[in-house]
Parts: sequence; structure tokens; C-alpha cells
Amino acid sequence: MMNWFLENPGLRPVMAVFVTMAASGLIFVMGDHVRQNVREAITFIAAIFNCAIVISLVPHVLAGENMRVSLFQIAEGVDLSFSPDAAGMVFACVSSTLWILTSLYSVGYMRGHHEKHQTGYYAAFAMCISAVMGLCFASNLLTFFIFFEILTVATYPLVVHYRDEEGRRSGRKYLAYTLISGQLFFAGIVILYVLTGTLEFKAGGFVSPDLLPGPAMLTLFFLMVGAGMVKAGVMPFHSWLPAAMVAPTPVSALLHAVAVVKAGAFATIRVVFFVFGPDAARACGGAEILSYFAVATIWISSFIALRKDNLKARLAFSTIGQLSYIVLGVSMLSPFGAVGGLYHIVAHAFMKITLFMCAGAVYVTTGKKNISEMVGIGRRMPVTMTCFTIASVAVAGFPLFVGFVSKGNLVMGAVSVQSPLYAATYIASGVLALAYLLPVVFTAFKRDVINMEFQERGEASLPMLVPIVVTTAVVFILGVAPDAGLHLYSMAVSAGHQIFGTIGVGI
Amino acid sequence: MSNIPVLIVLLPLSAALLCMALSLIHWRLGRDVVIASVAASLVLSVIQLKDVIDHGTVSYVFGKYKIPYGIEFRIDAISAVIIVMILIIGFITLLFSMSFEVRDGGKVKNSGAYTMLALLIVGMVGMTSTGDMFNLYVFLEITSLSGYCLIALGGSRGIVAAFRYMLVGTIAATFYLLGVGILYSQTGTLNMEDMHYMLSRGVSTEAQAVALVFIIAAFGVKMALFPFNGWQPSAYAHANAGSRPLIAGVMGKIPAYAMFRYIFCIYGSEFRFMDEFLLIVGIFSCCGIIYGSVRAMAQTDLRKMLAYSSVAQIGYITLGFATGSPVGIVGGFLHMLAHAFMKSGLFFGTGAIRQKYGSMKMEDLGYIYKKMPLTSGLMVVAALSMVGIPPLGGFFSKWYIGMGAAGSHHLVYLFVLVISSLLNAVYFFKLFEKMFMARDKELPDRIPSEVAQEVPWNMVLAIVVCFLAIILIGVFNVPIVNVLMPTVMEVGS
Repeated sequence: MMNWFLENPGLRPVMAVFVTMAASGLIFVMGDHVRQNVREAITFIAAIFNCAIVISLVPHVLAGENMRVSLFQIAEGVDLSFSPDAAGMVFACVSSTLWILTSLYSVGYMRGHHEKHQTGYYAAFAMCISAVMGLCFASNLLTFFIFFEILTVATYPLVVHYRDEEGRRSGRKYLAYTLISGQLFFAGIVILYVLTGTLEFKAGGFVSPDLLPGPAMLTLFFLMVGAGMVKAGVMPFHSWLPAAMVAPTPVSALLHAVAVVKAGAFATIRVVFFVFGPDAARACGGAEILSYFAVATIWISSFIALRKDNLKARLAFSTIGQLSYIVLGVSMLSPFGAVGGLYHIVAHAFMKITLFMCAGAVYVTTGKKNISEMVGIGRRMPVTMTCFTIASVAVAGFPLFVGFVSKGNLVMGAVSVQSPLYAATYIASGVLALAYLLPVVFTAFKRDVINMEFQERGEASLPMLVPIVVTTAVVFILGVAPDAGLHLYSMAVSAGHQIFGTIGVGI
Repeated sequence: MSNIPVLIVLLPLSAALLCMALSLIHWRLGRDVVIASVAASLVLSVIQLKDVIDHGTVSYVFGKYKIPYGIEFRIDAISAVIIVMILIIGFITLLFSMSFEVRDGGKVKNSGAYTMLALLIVGMVGMTSTGDMFNLYVFLEITSLSGYCLIALGGSRGIVAAFRYMLVGTIAATFYLLGVGILYSQTGTLNMEDMHYMLSRGVSTEAQAVALVFIIAAFGVKMALFPFNGWQPSAYAHANAGSRPLIAGVMGKIPAYAMFRYIFCIYGSEFRFMDEFLLIVGIFSCCGIIYGSVRAMAQTDLRKMLAYSSVAQIGYITLGFATGSPVGIVGGFLHMLAHAFMKSGLFFGTGAIRQKYGSMKMEDLGYIYKKMPLTSGLMVVAALSMVGIPPLGGFFSKWYIGMGAAGSHHLVYLFVLVISSLLNAVYFFKLFEKMFMARDKELPDRIPSEVAQEVPWNMVLAIVVCFLAIILIGVFNVPIVNVLMPTVMEVGS
């Protein structure tokens, strides 16, 4: 059994997807009939198993093995097939490790906050992770799209978690944006399949630049990339994301900082680099237009974030800006940009999840949502707020933190395509990030005694505090040694090599 | 020559004729015989399907009269699959309707309903099997008459709906007869294959076109294709509760299949106005898809919502045909299968809810997912499949139809599919909001808990079959497509 498992690395992605899916079903069916601890044990077993599988794939991917496995034909001529490659592995590693941490945090948050509907919550959560695993490993567009849509639907119950009028409205908004873009994506895939007869991802793209005349090609490009743009919150398609912040904080943390928005960014990467390829994307002009969307988003979202008093809303707009870093990195079509964009998936995941988990810890422990109410909270929760501070400077892109690694690559990409606009956007955005995150830190550590309740020390419960400290540590470790642990940086670089071939790679 | 094709029709037919008489001996006997006969037919139809897959088209000639003078049953892969579908849903509907029997002295009414259900199944199987144009008319009338009766059995509003349907339906049947008459006067044959041969050898194109107009209009009414759909919503909504899944899920599909046979098998690509007719069917389908979805959004009664949604979904099937490309046609047939299970599944679900809580209003569905987890599970899966979420059945039929549309350069059709999915999402997620988020209405439970926890076993069976079918048709669509594709290719060329 063990030998068979070791000899067939190709089957592991299949297991990662379906074991998680089975766990989701199990939680949903059993959840209300067993004790809470048993139910959470299912989550943890699945999460650890999933993470172990993903990590065990790392050496194979680094060695450049072809691990493609086809299960069966899912539609005439298209297989349901998985093939872990460097780009997909980066995303898979991030989400599977963060699932464990977020599960731990969820236990603390949901119990500390006495939430209802916890069974549905854990089941939908596992389903989302399963869908993310599927779309990381998918080796063709149809498989990718299947998991992309499963992710869309599985997130809905999490957004409407409180089942009140506000939740319902956010849910509708979320569905309106994601389903419309998803259906257009579907139309794009159908047209592409009819035109090219293949849907298999290929590093560097399989669409030849002269497949269609210019405007038609541009339309096809945006039909397909639109779904990624909406999920990644590129303006003007972003407004579902702040609305979805009504959900419990762990949902915001994992789904809106990691899974859903990153799935959008990842979809953009797949479509631009693995379907169209740099040449076709440049020839039709789509990449350039996309980059202007991203630039506008980075600027506008940063300014909106400055004005938000609700901490989660501020973080949400910060997320929108940061996601457009990735989109801009992709759309500048340079090797550095691709590597930086991919690595920013890692960097932003760890930084933003720290920030969100801190915000949630504050909310559960003290009931405060707004920044203006948090004067002096650093005295009550010093560890939490220290972590918040570290993550904040990392978001701004200070050296020694993980944000610097990805941002350095992105800025180099901007320089290599000789675009002062892109470079200025990244740098100005870093300054703006300081401007909207540091006031929170200053407020938290103010010496004035305004809130008497903050004078006593009282941290969040341990299940919430541990994940925060761990992710903060990762933010620092990966900042110093980007390739530590799972070799995520090497994988991002090798993905860049695959996409751009050997030409023009100076990394 | 094996007798299987005719036995499949004959068994339920004789059971239907005996049902009333047997129920006078014991009130359950008639029902049991009908159910047993349909079960037997189901087994035979599976054998027949296997036979057709292995050895190709099966032909059965009645009374040894030579073709084209005698009547012929001709079963190719497509009809074999559709017959299995009819009999599966027919069987579970018969079981399901056991829960809707009237207890007090309704011997005649109960066994009458079973008779009519059996006749409806006979009519639909016959329409699918037959290779003779006039024979098709006979089975069409059997289907329609039993359909009228079952709709009229649904109470006072059912009677009004049935009367309306009867008026329109009779005109449609006359249209069909007129169309066949014109063709007969031109060619002197009624056998479908022979007709195709005669038509391809130069018959006045005008006469052909007029006949086809009549025939499309006739089947359009019968399947409730827009703009012939006026009778359909109230008829589906107020039909006899036990037989509603079969009526709403399957009854509309068989005329669609018959229309396919006329357009592609009998007329075929030699017909000069083929493209024009396909375009007209395509326009009707597109309008129907949009119209049905928009009207469905406005309904508060669950049954009406589902009925209007059927107008849209029939449009998907005919849209697949209208693309004229093999992939699109196969998509249309896949949607026929998937939608039969989705729609009857939704009607099984609503039937179960009505049986337990006596309500069909969307407002009363609050908290239903805790009280009836199995039923709501089915309804969620069926609704998601309607919206076209992969990997459920509804997604893949849309995939093939979309490919047919893109392949034949009808990008408008593709975008109608997209828009329709979004409109479907609007009303089905509205349903989810009611099911999962509305407050509990605390309606009295009408099924005592010693009978069943949720619903009786016969309802559970229907629900489970539909649930699995929707998922399996989606995930394993390729084998189905592989069965259908050769036949469609033959027709298309």
C-alpha cells in the first residue's frame, strides 16, 4: 500500500481533492449528530492529511516530473485530469497549510463567539478547500472551470452565514458578480474549444496570436480573464468583496484573503500564461488594458482604505489593492512580473491572514470593530497587536519581510518592461499601505488612557493566538529566506522559466 | 425477431385496461398490477437498450405486413435511451403517487388515476418507438387524452387547466394530422424511413414546407415551446399531485423528440428550406428560454415557478436541435435526459413537502432543510443543475449545446444560454434563500413520525433515484454521448 502510494505521485492530487470533498460531506451529514470535538477532529484530520499530500508533492514538482493523471473523460474529448505544476503548487501549498491554521483559529473564534450553524460552516469550508485543490492541480480548462464554479457555490453559504437580511444581500451581490463572470468564462471556454480543439494548459500558452482577428481576440480574452478579475476584486468589479465581509472573520481570513480572491488571481495567471501565452496576450492588447485596470485599482483602493474606520473594511480594500499587484504583475508579461505575481500569492496570503486574524481576535475578545474604538488596545492584547504591526510593515514592503520579496520582483518586472507607471504604482502603493495600516498601530499603542477596559492584559484564547503567531513568524522567515521550507520561491521561479522559456530570463 | 419492443408497450397497456376491473376485487390489486407491469417493461427496456447498443437499430414489424405497408416499431439508440428514461421516471412516479391516494371510497378515482398514468406511459413509449407517422398520431392522442384526464384529476383548477389544454391540444393534433395528410397525398407512404426516401426524390418543396409548418406547430403546442406555451403553466401546476412529476418531467420531451425525427430523419439535409426552419426553431427557443425564465422569476407558487422554468428548459432542447450540428443535437438529448430528472426531481421534492406540511408557497419553506434534509438535498442538487453548475447534468448538456452553437457560428445562442443560466440562478437562489434562511413557519406535520421520519419509503426512493441520476448523468455524460452520437451522426449526414 505504502509503496504503491510512493510510486504513484500522480494519484496524490486526486486524493487531495477527493479526501477533502469526502470530509466535507462527512461533516455535513454527521456534524449535528456527533459532539463538536469529533466534528472538528474530522476537519483537522482532513486538513493535516491534505497538507501532507501537498507537501509530499513538492520534491516531484521541483524535479520537474510530469505527473499528469487522467481519471476519465468528463466531456467528449476532454479529460478530468490533474497535473501538479510549479505554478499550481505554489497556490496549493499556501492554501493547504493555511487551512490547518485557519481551522485552529476557527475553533477559537466560532466557539468564543457562540456562532450558530457551525456544521454548515465547517462543511462548506472543507468544500472550498477541496475546490481550491482541484483548481490548483487541474491540467485543463474544463477541469479548472468545474472546480472554479464549485468554489463559487461553496463560498455562498459562508457569505450568508448569519442568514440575516444583510447577509442575504451580500450573498446576492456575491452571486451576481461571480456567476455572471463565471458564465461568461464558460462561453469563452466553449468558443476557445471549438476554435482550437484543445483545452490543455501549456506553459507559454497554446493560443496562436493570429487565431482570431484583433477585436474578436480581445473579446475572447476578456470573456475568459473576466472571471479571474471579478474574483480577484479588480475594480470596477470589486464591490462584492467588501460586502462579503459580513461573514465571520475566519471566513474573511481564509476565503477573502486566501482562497476565493487568490483563485481569481490564479485564474488570471492560468488564462494569461497557460492559455493565451505572453505573445497572444500582447498581440491582442488585452494584457495592456488589464494592466490599466490593475493600476487604477491599486490607487483607488488604497485611497478608499484610508477612509474606512471599520477595521475589516479597511483590510478588505487593502486586499483589493494587493490582489491587483498580482494582476498587474501578470499583465506586464515579463518574467520578473510573473515570478513576483506568483510569489505575492504566498506573501499576501500570510500577511493578510495575520491582519484578519488579529482583527477577529480583537473583535471576539473586546467586541470592537472600529479603529476609533481601539485606542490603547495594544496594552490589553500586546502579542496580537505586535503581530498586527509586523504584518502591516510587511504589507508595505519593508525589507526582511515577505512582502519585500514579491514586491521587489514586481518592481523589477516594471523596470524590465520600462514602465515608470507600473513602478511608481507599486512604490506609491507601499507608502499608502503604511498610511492606512500604521494609524491602526499608533491608535492601538497610544499612551492616553481612554478605554479603561484595555488597562488589564487579556489576550485572545490560545486557539486564536497560536495561528496568529505562527503566520507572523512565517512572514518574517520567508522574508529573510524566501526559499525556506517548501521551496515556494524556487517553484515560482521555475514557473517563470516554463512560461517564458529560456529567452529573457535573468532571474 | 424478438418481441421486446412491442412487449414494452403491451404490458402497461393491458395492465391499464385491467386496472379498473381488478380494483373492484381488491382496492390495491389494480395498482399493484400496473406497477408490476411498468417494472417489467423497465427491465425489458434496459435489455432492449443493451441490444441496440450492441447490434444497432431494432425493427419490429406488426402482423408480418411488409414494410412500408405495415406498421413498424423502429428503435435506434436515441429512442432506446429515451424509453428507459420514460420508464424509470414512470415507475418511480407510480410508486410516489401511492402516497396521494384518496382513502375514503375513492376506489374508482384511485384506480382511474393509475390507469391514466399507465396509458400516459404507453402513449409516450409508443410515440418514441414507432416508425410510422399515423401510428405516431395514435400514440400522441393516447398521451394527450390521458394527460387531460390526469390534469383534470387535480381538483377544480385542474379541470379548468385541463379544458384549456384540451382545446389547444386538439387543434394541435389536427394540425399534425393535416401535416401528415399533405405528405401522404404527395408520397403515398406513411412509413418514416420510406417517407424520407420519397421526399429526397423530389416532392414539391412548397408542399413539404407547408406540412412541416403544421407539424412543428403541432409538436410545439404539445411540448409547450414558446409561443405555443399558454396552456402549460397552469396545467403543470394543477395536475394531479401524484402524477405531476411524470407530466412535468417527461410529457413535454416526447413531442420534442418527435419533432427532431421529422426535421432531421424524415426531411433531412436535402430539404431546401432546412436552414430557415432551423433558424425559426432557434428563434422560438431563444425567446422561450428568456420568456420562461423571466416569468418564472415572478412566481410565488413553487409549482408555477417550476412550470415556467420548463418553458425555458424545453427551449434548451430545441435550441440544441436548432444548431443543426451533431454536438448540439446530442446536447439537446442530454438535456432532455438531465432535465427530465431535474424537473421531476423538483416536483417530487415539492410533492413531498406538500404531503408533509400541506403548503406550496415559497414563504412557507423556512427551515425546511432541517426538517426534510433528504428532500432539500435533492432540490438543491436539481436546482444547481438547472443553473448549470458543474459537474451536474445541466452543466454538460449546456456545454454540448454551447459547443454546437459556437461550432455552427450561432454565438447568439451561446449568449442566450449564458443569460438563461443567470436568470435561473436568480429564481433558484431565491428558493434557497427561502429554504435555508427564512424563519420556521412551524406548520403542522401531517406525516406521523411512526410512519416515517421524513417521508415514506416510496417518496424516498423517488428522491434518491433523481438525486443520483442528476449527478451520474453529469459526471458520466461521455458514455451517454457515445451511445447517442453515432445515431445523430447518421442522421446529420
